[in-house]
Parts: sequence; structure tokens; C-alpha cells
Amino acid sequence: MAENKRSKLLEVRGLTMDFGGLRAIDSVDLDIFAGEIVALIGPNGAGKTTFFNCVTGIYEPTAGDVLIHPPGGVSRRINGMKPNRITALGMARTFQNIRLFPAMTVLENVMIGRHCRTATTIIDAILRSRRAVREERETVDQSYRLLEKVGLADSADEFARNLAYGAQRRLEIARALATDPFLLLLDEPAAGMNPQETSELDELIVRIRAEEQLAILLIEHDMKLVMNISDRIYVMEYGKEIAQGTPREIKENKKVIEAYLGEEVHA
Amino acid sequence: MAHLKRSFGIGLWFMFLTLPLVVVRVNTLSQEVQWRWSNLLWVGVGAFAIAWFWQFSINRRAAGRASTVADKPSLAQRLADDPVLSRRVLLGAAAVAIVFPWLVSTGQNFYHVNVMVSALIFVVLGLGLNITVGLAGLLDLGYIAFFAVGAYTYALLSKNFDLGFWTCLPLGGLMGMLFGVILGFPILRLRGDYLAIVTLGFGAITKIVLENWDTLFGGAAGLANIPRPELFGLLLDGRQKSVYSYYIVLALVALTIFVTNRLKNSRIGHAWMALREDEIASVAMGVDMARTKLSAYALGAFWAGLVGVVFAAHNNFINPDSFTFMDSAMVLAMVVLGGMGSILGVIIAALALKLLPEYLRAFAEYRMLVFGAVMVLMMIFRPQGLISDTRRKYDYDGADGANGEGDHGGK
Repeated sequence: MAENKRSKLLEVRGLTMDFGGLRAIDSVDLDIFAGEIVALIGPNGAGKTTFFNCVTGIYEPTAGDVLIHPPGGVSRRINGMKPNRITALGMARTFQNIRLFPAMTVLENVMIGRHCRTATTIIDAILRSRRAVREERETVDQSYRLLEKVGLADSADEFARNLAYGAQRRLEIARALATDPFLLLLDEPAAGMNPQETSELDELIVRIRAEEQLAILLIEHDMKLVMNISDRIYVMEYGKEIAQGTPREIKENKKVIEAYLGEEVHA
Repeated sequence: MAHLKRSFGIGLWFMFLTLPLVVVRVNTLSQEVQWRWSNLLWVGVGAFAIAWFWQFSINRRAAGRASTVADKPSLAQRLADDPVLSRRVLLGAAAVAIVFPWLVSTGQNFYHVNVMVSALIFVVLGLGLNITVGLAGLLDLGYIAFFAVGAYTYALLSKNFDLGFWTCLPLGGLMGMLFGVILGFPILRLRGDYLAIVTLGFGAITKIVLENWDTLFGGAAGLANIPRPELFGLLLDGRQKSVYSYYIVLALVALTIFVTNRLKNSRIGHAWMALREDEIASVAMGVDMARTKLSAYALGAFWAGLVGVVFAAHNNFINPDSFTFMDSAMVLAMVVLGGMGSILGVIIAALALKLLPEYLRAFAEYRMLVFGAVMVLMMIFRPQGLISDTRRKYDYDGADGANGEGDHGGK
């Protein structure tokens, strides 16, 4: 682990995002190393989701650099790249407000995650060429295995819209994992979950990191979850980064307590 | 009880509304006013009955929604799940389709064959648009323009370059595809209403160009003397020509079904559906939005171009009046009515929408009225269409094997 720690996966330098006259993110720096779970916290409207959208290509940042260093791959600057390219490079995300494909089955939802890792063309699909058949076989098997991992194998043929809320969140994680990422970005994975579901999620996230050997960046409001599983925490307020450090350091940081955690820590 | 009261109120309201229309009649010859009170009674009773039945069905639907969804597999789902049954049904349908012209045409009477040819042409159009609208969720209100592209491609190529039907058939499809991509590029970023308006405009532009470019497209008079499909240089009489067209278009239908079905359950089809369900999520999952959308437009337009060639060849004559907005709306109605994405549903809807008006010519005046009413009722009681799209189930050998071993270990 200590060796892994040195290899940097994501490097964000001076990231700035303006919407008209509003500066939603103001020169934020963030690093993620291999095998880490990093949390990004902050009060509502601090710019956390905007930060995610900038990193994953949904928005093009106004200024700054987003650099990725895939393990065993070529480092590149990904500002303004299309989201699907970024996913193909190895960063996958989930959404704060669940965005599944409701009229497709649970298994098909995960299979979409394999899209950028397969190459069946229209002609292949029409003729059911050897490649099409083999890739479909592999996609189905891998997707099914991911469903087993998140505990949804029994509902593989259900429509995604019929799943319970917590299950939909887990399906989003499985779908993101299907893209073979080296970095997984989770946007409020525990939002709307009850304490039991949250503790299961806690376990799932730690297990995924171990089994898939990837790093995780998560936005979360559930402080118990954050303090439990994060290796490091970044704190944002009004678009600015006000602190970073280990959970212990963050708990004792004056600025953070003032901005956000005050009551919870003292309570 | 509340229903009865409400229906009663609706009845009264309709009696009041229609009073001047159905009761008072001024006879201008004898210069007197007639009061036809009995009409009012009928309006009242009729409105009451309809209102009551309406609320009854709405309630039943609301009650049914909760209970029946899960436990009753639809016919389409049963067909999809049971390969033996579906193969039998498919073979039966194919057999009927093949002997059809010999059943209905006797001597020189081949009216029914011609009707069927135009219906099947619309089946292909419906299945083509089903790719764009039903699978990829890209509304297209100018789809018939691609049909026109195919038809005019054949008419012009055969007139100016003396190319035969079989050479032009793929060319027509490719031209349709080309125009699909041309339309697709500028509207990649558009969604919903904006997309609808641009495609509507594209359809209108195509028709206007065809109407006004007299020197090339023959203007409003169209192009005549388009050669029929040739069969090894054999001379065919009128009936044989129709039967031959029938088999050509039937083969096209089969090809369309085959290809659409393959695509639908492939990597490409899944990407189309994901794009329809949630564009941002699918892009974030690595689906290339531009490429996927363009392929949906191109493939949808391909079928329209292909079948446009058959249309021109079958009719001998084309003019811009065959490619109006009404036709686009008709094809779209087939897709919506049949069930977005459902191949079987679209076929049934296309046949119904083309054949019923043909055989119910007596009621031709009411055609649009009935059409509108059916659409409104469908949207209320069956918004998913006649036959809702079924999803394929996959079996997972590897995973099942692992499970099986686990079970044995437990025992």
C-alpha cells in the first residue's frame, strides 16, 4: 500500500469554473493516489457536484488543469474532453440524483457500462459475427458478476425502475464498475439511505476498493460514512477549498468546524 | 355514487352546451323556429352514459395497474420467452404472407394485392422509423423525406442513366442513409421540441424543393413512366407485376424485421436505448453520443430510402403529393400506436392504419375523426402502445455454473 500511495492517479490544479458572473469553483487543487478513498465534503452549494462535472467532462472548466495518470498508461490533460472519452480513459461516476436507464433491465444497465470496452459494429451485430457473439457472452458474464458483487443478481431481469431506492444506488455503482475504471467517482452514494443501508454501502465501497484495486473519490454528507472509510478528506465552501487532511485532522480543523462541521463535532 | 353524480353533472353540462345547436332550428322557408327537445334528451343520456363508462374504465385501470403488472405476462413477453412458440407463430405468419396473393387475387382482379403492397411499404417505413424514434428516442417529424429521397433516386437514375431496379434498390437506401446523416449532424445537440421542429422543417424543405425544381424533379406534376421491377427480362402482365412487387416488398419486410431484431439486442441497440432513457448518464457511461445518434438516423433513413425505390417502381409514377407531412405523421402514429421499440406492435399498427381506411372507404369522411379519437384513447388507456417492448433475458453460463457448484458444496 505504501508503495502504491506514491503513484498519483488524478491531479487537479487550480480548477476554476464560472457560470456567467458566478464563480462556482475557485482554483481548487486535488490529488488522488492509487488505492485511496478520498472524500469531498462541504455544505450544500459549495460546488462539489460542479467539481465532479468538470472532472468527468460534463462541463468544460474555465481555467486550470485536470490531469490523469492511468496506471501503466499515458498521462494526459483531460479538460474539455467529451465525457465518453474520459470514461473510456478510466474514470467512471455515479450521479447524485440517480440516473439509471429505467426501461431497460438491471443486467442491460450494467451491460451499457461495457459499451466503451467492446467494439461490435453495426455489421457485426447484423451478421452476428464471431466477435459479436463472443463480446456479448463476455459482457453478459462480466455484468452478471458485477451484479453478484453488489447483491443484485436475483433481480437481473427486472426493469431498473422497479428496484428499491437503495438497490438503484448499488446498480449505479455496478454500472460504473463495468467500465473498468481506475478511479470511481461517487456523488452522494448514501443520499436518502437509512442507517442500515448506509452501513452496507460503507462495507461495499471498502470491498470494491480491495477487490477491484481502484481509487475512489466520493462526495458525501453522511459524516459517519465519510469519517469511517476515507483516507483523506477535502473540504470545500463557496467554491473554495478550505482544508484537506486525514479524517482526524479535518475533525480538529478550526476553519472546517466554523464552516460546516461545528455542531456535529461538538455534539 | 360520486361517479353517478359527476356523470349526471357532465350530462347536464353537455345539454346546456349543445342547446343552440341541436335543439333550436330556424326554418328559413316557413320562417318559424322549431324546438327539438327530444334531441336534448338524447344528448343528455348519451353524455351521461359516456361519462359514466369513462370514469368506470379509468378506475378499473387504476386498480388494475397495481395488481396485474407483475403476475400476467403479456402475449409478446410469452413469445419472447418461448422460442418454440415464437418460431411456430413466425412460420405461420410467413406461410400466410407467402400464399396471400394466390388467395385473394383471381383472374385480373389484383386490387387486394396492390392494397397489401402499399400497406407493407408502410410496415417497412414504420420499422425504419422505429429505429430512430422507438429505439433511440429521436423524434422525427419529417421521416417521409427519406422515403422521397429513395423514390426520386430511382426515378431519376432510371430516367437519366437507364439504371435498373435492382441496381437502384441499394443506391436508394444509401442515398436515404446519406440524407439521414446530413440531417443528423446539425441536430445532434437538440432535444425534444427543438428536434421536432427541425425535423418538421426538413420534411417541408424536401417537399418544397421537389415541387419547385421543375427541371430536375418534374415539379408538382412529378415523374412518370418509371420502370417496374424487372425479372430476368420476362414480360409480366398487370397482375403478375403486382404479385412480383408484393414479394419484393415482403422480402424487404422480412429483411427489416431480421436486421432490426438483431440490432435491437446488440451493443448498438443497447446504446440507442440508453441514449433514449438518459442522455447524460449514457454519455457518462462511455457511449459516444454523436456516433450513436448518427447511426440511428442513418439506419432509420436507410429503410425509408430502400422502400422508396420499391414505391416508385410499383406505382410507375411519383409526385410530391405522396410525401406530405400527413404521411410522416402517419408513420409516426404507427410507431407510437404500436408501442415504441416493439417490432410486432409496429407491424400490427402499420397494417391496421393502412388497411382499415382502405376497406372502410364508406366511412372515409370520418377517417380523421376516428383516427384522432383512437389516438387520444390510446394515450389515456395504453400509453405504452398496443404491444409494449419486451426485453430479452440473457442466461449466464459462467455465473450459473459457479452458483451450482456453491449449492452442491452446501449439500
